[in-house]
Amino acid sequence: MKRILTSTLLISALAVSACTNPDRFGADGMGGAGAGAGAGANAGIVPGSANDPTSTAYFQQAVGDRVLFLIDQSTLTDTGRATLDGQVAWLQSNPHYQAVIEGHADEQGTREYNIALGGRRANAVREYMISKGIAASRLKTISYGKERPIEICSEEACYAKNRRAVTVLAGGGLTS
Amino acid sequence: MLTRLLGLLALSAAAVFTLAPDPARAEPLRIVIDDPTIEPLPFAVPSFQPESGEAGQLAVDIARVVSDDLTGTGLFREIPASAYISTVSDFNAPVEYADWKAINAQALITGAVNVSGNSVNVKFRVYDVFSGEELVDANGQGGLQFSGTTEGWRRMAHKVADAVYSRITGEGGYFDSRVVYVSETGPKDDRQKRLAIMDYDGANLKYLTESGSIVLAPRFSPDGNRVLYTSYESGFPRIYVLDIGSVQRRALESAAGSMAFAPRFSPSGQTVVYSLSNGGNTDIYSMDINSGQSVRLTNTPAIETAPSFSPDGSQIVFESDRSGSPQLYIMPATGGEATRISFGEGRYGTPVWSPRGDLVAFTKQNKGRFHIGVMRTDGSEERLLTASFLDEGPTWAPNGRVIMFARETQGAGGSSSLYSVDISGRNLKPVRTPEGGSDPSWSPLQN
Repeated sequence: MKRILTSTLLISALAVSACTNPDRFGADGMGGAGAGAGAGANAGIVPGSANDPTSTAYFQQAVGDRVLFLIDQSTLTDTGRATLDGQVAWLQSNPHYQAVIEGHADEQGTREYNIALGGRRANAVREYMISKGIAASRLKTISYGKERPIEICSEEACYAKNRRAVTVLAGGGLTS
Repeated sequence: MLTRLLGLLALSAAAVFTLAPDPARAEPLRIVIDDPTIEPLPFAVPSFQPESGEAGQLAVDIARVVSDDLTGTGLFREIPASAYISTVSDFNAPVEYADWKAINAQALITGAVNVSGNSVNVKFRVYDVFSGEELVDANGQGGLQFSGTTEGWRRMAHKVADAVYSRITGEGGYFDSRVVYVSETGPKDDRQKRLAIMDYDGANLKYLTESGSIVLAPRFSPDGNRVLYTSYESGFPRIYVLDIGSVQRRALESAAGSMAFAPRFSPSGQTVVYSLSNGGNTDIYSMDINSGQSVRLTNTPAIETAPSFSPDGSQIVFESDRSGSPQLYIMPATGGEATRISFGEGRYGTPVWSPRGDLVAFTKQNKGRFHIGVMRTDGSEERLLTASFLDEGPTWAPNGRVIMFARETQGAGGSSSLYSVDISGRNLKPVRTPEGGSDPSWSPLQN
């Protein structure tokens, strides 16, 4: 019974993440367009849009949902820690949300090693958030290794963006 | 006869390996695969004799597949039928050696096919043209026959080719085998993956899963009937075992952790080794496949993954970055102290123990290039067989003589496909698949 409940939770968490995970839909394009249109046409707050500070769109775009890593590293950079401080503050203000932290690697490296490396990266983010007061029970991790690049060139400019950990929100009030 | 040949081989492999078309030579027909100066051995395989009315097409097709198998090794070269002086019109008639010598066919393969309903019987013989003798197997057996269904005719052709290959090289065959791999479509940022199985030469392809979720690194069971693989279908990477015949799958319950991946069977088929990530740390575990009980084999803060058993089941070779970069290590199958075996420049991963036990194949990353290589199990005699932007994931042919792997091309339009290469580094060539491919696993020889 306990297993079934856990599985259901995981599946629903992923269903949500499929809607909000910018990785699957071209992260960098989506945010800009949506936010710009919303802000220009309507001064009021559209629930769920990027100018609703409780929305996942706001989290992705205003707070920043990802941190980047150096080659082969899982140590957080200063920039990464600053982004995570913002995520921590947001999660503290929005206690109904849980998060799945997705670790990723660039294509340099074997498949198996990159899955493990992405796991290390996701865990580095999770540990940092826990150290800043987020309940461990709100944070799960997963690694996609090199299976889900967002940039497809075979150069450092792309690799740098692919070596990432993305905090994907689940739960909360709005699932639009 | 063969004992005498083997004695000669032991005395001097180089002396025995003589392919010069000297009609007076006394040496037996033999290819020593390790010889670096090898020239493909010319052979003739006339269409097999149909011994029943329905056998006509199969008699032609089976001879074609036998020829494709042999020439595909790079060790043999077929003499085209247009050069034949005489034909074979009766499987049991004496061979006109002079006619085959004249066109420099060093080996002659003859066969006959009988079809009755949906069952088929294939007989064959292989002759050493220059010594004027029929070649026999290790038991002194000359002509052989195989029976099966008309649907499975390609397997009989592969069995004939395996027997010919074995008699001439002294090595086990590998043609009657299958490959399971990850079939890939779509661009790098939207790659769709599903498991596929095919004959080693790409024929009889069949998909085993849908492409809805990421699937990785399928691995055959020792009996070739089941496949272990990693799938994200639950939302998180977990290990599944799939029965090839029924295409039924079930998840294996790993030890507690966030991700289980990189599974591989033990030679007995009773144990599965795999990687488990917990709290960001990846270690190697083994699981009794029947009880589901897992035991932890490594216990370090480093990444330990890609475990592979020795053929006797006593040891495991794996990859660890405990030294600061990924390297290869060997430990007892029950865990315990590990010995590092890779000491060259660069990073080493995905070690796979040869079915012969003598070598470990691996992926090596050095100076921005990837290589497939082999080394002895003590790390000596490292040899890189390939070089490209990204080669990875070697798997051994059943005879330990050929390696298949995946090669991904560079850039935004990059895609992955399967290749094979001899352990000598010769005969690098693509493996035919209808879509892209990665993570191949070569089956044992079929029964």
